[in-house]
Amino acid sequence: MKYLTTGNEACGEGAIRAGCRFYAGYPITPQNELTAYMSRRMEEENGIFIQAESELAAISMVFGASVAGRRAMTSSSSPGISLKQEGISYIAGAELPAVIVNVMRGGPGLGNIAASQADYFQATKGGGHGDYHMIVLVPADVQEMFDFTYEAFALADKYLNPVMVLADGMLGQMMEPLEFDDNIKPSGEVAKPWALTGSGGKRGASVKSLFLGSGEKSLEAHNEELQKKYNKIKKDVTQVELYMTDDAEKCIVAYGLMSRVARSCVDALRKKGEKIGLIRPRTVWPFPSGQIKAIAGRGVKFLVAEMSAGQMVEDVRLAVLDDDRVSFYGRMGGGIPTEEEITKKVRKI
Amino acid sequence: MTKKRTKLSINKERCKGCLLCIEACPAGAITISDDVNSKGMKYIVLKKEEKCTGCGMCFMMCPDLAIEIKFKEEE
Amino acid sequence: MAKEYTRPVSMKDVRTHYCSGCGHGIVHRIICEVIDELGVKDRTVAVAPVGCAVLAYDYWDFDTTEAAHGRTPAVATGIKRVLPDRLVFTYQGDGDLAAIGTAEIIHAGNRGENISVIFVNNGVYGMTGGQMAPTTILGQTTATSQYTRRPEKEGYPIKIMEMMAVLPGVTYLERTTVTSPKEILTTKKAIERSFRTQIDNKGFSMVEILSPCPTYWGMSPSAAMKRIRNEVTKTYPLGLIKG
Repeated sequence: MKYLTTGNEACGEGAIRAGCRFYAGYPITPQNELTAYMSRRMEEENGIFIQAESELAAISMVFGASVAGRRAMTSSSSPGISLKQEGISYIAGAELPAVIVNVMRGGPGLGNIAASQADYFQATKGGGHGDYHMIVLVPADVQEMFDFTYEAFALADKYLNPVMVLADGMLGQMMEPLEFDDNIKPSGEVAKPWALTGSGGKRGASVKSLFLGSGEKSLEAHNEELQKKYNKIKKDVTQVELYMTDDAEKCIVAYGLMSRVARSCVDALRKKGEKIGLIRPRTVWPFPSGQIKAIAGRGVKFLVAEMSAGQMVEDVRLAVLDDDRVSFYGRMGGGIPTEEEITKKVRKI
Repeated sequence: MTKKRTKLSINKERCKGCLLCIEACPAGAITISDDVNSKGMKYIVLKKEEKCTGCGMCFMMCPDLAIEIKFKEEE
Repeated sequence: MAKEYTRPVSMKDVRTHYCSGCGHGIVHRIICEVIDELGVKDRTVAVAPVGCAVLAYDYWDFDTTEAAHGRTPAVATGIKRVLPDRLVFTYQGDGDLAAIGTAEIIHAGNRGENISVIFVNNGVYGMTGGQMAPTTILGQTTATSQYTRRPEKEGYPIKIMEMMAVLPGVTYLERTTVTSPKEILTTKKAIERSFRTQIDNKGFSMVEILSPCPTYWGMSPSAAMKRIRNEVTKTYPLGLIKG
């Protein structure tokens, strides 16, 4: 069935259809429609909705719901996601599934309520403390807000890891068609034999992130297990869309909202006979370094376009290892690069 | 005729020498030993077993479950 | 009639890391006795705090998880909402509950979450070296109140229980201690009442237990118990606060 809806609500419905039956959140613009939507939909599906006292409390409520074996989610926007970092580190350390949605806004500090991509570092390079990673999915339209959120729960359960859906204020607010099978069932394995549901100590404290022991009970050993998991995720989960890159001499690298502007540039320039393509990561952790490296091997030049001071560009540079061939164009604080600006820049490289 | 009596047993390795049991004992039956356990802590001993009535005050005060009071069959 | 006094089944047979004379050992045992007597070991999920009791899950033979510092009631909320027929309790110290976790405890109470909270108040931050807690009493010297706690610089000891009594979602609040077998039995009755409040779906309940910290009060275990009786109870009076 086809619907016309906002990205925020599409995200919420994707969670519901994935079998998410616990949501804790706190109001913050520009994702309030998602919190309000869950407030209604959770009750309709006999799930649990809690407007928590803070983003700090919300992430810990998700920790609790996840420990107890339920698919659980929280959402916020940039400043609220900063508050959640400790909780996310705990979820990663305790190897729990959870989905966190960040509808990015301008920063730093209170910033503004416009769309931004300036939380890339926070999402992919840590944000919280310790050697951990979240799987980070970056939708680019309302349909993907649904699809990626729906898939996030299966990924979280499969890898026992927090998964972030990294969107922005405009994606959250814009309205576009959304289509999905009304009879869609939750994907992936939903059963959780490890959940703490009262077993008289048989499972005991199997879910924790504190490791004060030695040898195989040491924190070092635990971290080695985590790294093995992350390496597996890197192999299996990386997703990237390669648009008109086969014969491209120049490629724009962009994700999310930015990729739509970039795609328009590519289409317009192709009509004029320019050999240009778009590399659109669909996951930014794991990052499609391999695919970018392969394209770089042909001597391609890259323009990285972001709604930030330049964050993903560093990962592109690391993949290409030839700074002269990687250029950047971005706007900060809620500014969105236009097709004209990007076209002008890409012609110069 | 068998009489049910309780017997107090002390796990000297668990005792941390806090002395709360000694203070709680109404019969003055417990004292601290001169010896130390493997953790280097002086532990409690029953000095007058016949005075122990099995009242359980020591058990209640003990933070370490170093004392247990169990039934034993006695003629 | 002769009675046996043995390790509760729910309490693991291991040596604890707590200091000599620490109140945690007594409170842990009391909780385990109540859980045994209510027969709920297989339905209990506890949430351990950050504090000296962070390793409580090594001592309890029932499911226990951990929480980020102060978020213990939020984690418990998540668990209890998902598993409403289990016994879900938090075990928190004065840093976890009355400092960093103040918002979480008040709002769990305000929402009337059907959980039990065991609040162990020893007036210091033990795990980190004896710093001042929100519950440190006036005149007490600690690592971060080296000139004693003075109201004009360090503020007053906070009375969370009295503050929470005004919340309609809070059903039962009692303050007890562990300074003597009589007080220990009172504490045990209070914990049982709190667990029964939860089992009967009657709402949020909390037991605050004044506990000794001989190490950071700089005195013997016996003197620490005396200090609670003679000094601490003047600021934190024992008894039923609500319910």
